[in-house]
Amino acid sequence: MTMTQPLQGRDEAQMIASILAGDSQQFHQLIRPYERRLYVMALSMLRNEADAEDAAQEACLKAFRNLATFRADSKFGTWLVSITLNVARNRLRRNRLTQMESLDIPPEEQGHVSPALLRDWREVPSEVLERAEVRRTLQNAIVALPEIYREVFLLRDVEGLSIKEAAETLGVSEASVKVRLHRARTMLQKTLAPELKSLVPQKGRWFPWL
Amino acid sequence: MVIDCKHVWNNISGYLDGTLDPALLQQVQKHLEQCGICSAILDSTRNILILTADERVFELPLGYSDRLHARLEANIRGISPSPIGG
Repeated sequence: MTMTQPLQGRDEAQMIASILAGDSQQFHQLIRPYERRLYVMALSMLRNEADAEDAAQEACLKAFRNLATFRADSKFGTWLVSITLNVARNRLRRNRLTQMESLDIPPEEQGHVSPALLRDWREVPSEVLERAEVRRTLQNAIVALPEIYREVFLLRDVEGLSIKEAAETLGVSEASVKVRLHRARTMLQKTLAPELKSLVPQKGRWFPWL
Repeated sequence: MVIDCKHVWNNISGYLDGTLDPALLQQVQKHLEQCGICSAILDSTRNILILTADERVFELPLGYSDRLHARLEANIRGISPSPIGG
């Protein structure tokens, strides 16, 4: 699920040095562990598979062209995701969707989000993901999150970045990542718990008045 | 100190990440042992995190990787990234 494992043992600084010295073919290997992450982040912004794929490609090309500006004190993966998010944002802006999007964003870290209240929970097994409509339900719930929460959730909970890495990628504080993550998780629980609950027979009942 | 349900909800994320300080962790745990609603919220949140982290939720389009590398290849073959300021 996370990209941590395949990265063990890789010397990315050395790979980058080789590429800058002229071995451009190594760039293919450099980006390979991040391909999925780039697509998921672009898709969550652009909400269209073809656009997301094109944005991921554009981001990789941009990363190659600007590799000399990469600062070794940050991680290559977080830098690459930042580029992808910028490419996706620029596309949204070009499509004049930015204004519409921003209307969906609540004031940052304000207000209160309550979870869905239920008495008990019977675990929904991963096998339900074999069903296309369940996958779509989960995907839609994530994509429907306001952007600032969606980005943090995807980086931390879907892609497995640490709080520190997510903060670095988004250029925000770790405290901010924690607050956004909490709100994203609560929003998803509120949306998804009632839908997933219906997939597995549960005992107990809801308390709609709470 | 006894904490209420809303206080627990505000700390569910920290509880799942193991970032609560020991005193608060103890209070949250004590509350969860006694409150069916809060423990169901915790369980459902944890369950949802497991499901959404599954790679099947966001499937890559068929041939995505091949197309990515083909486009890269077409654009980077034989050239080096620009030097800083170049």
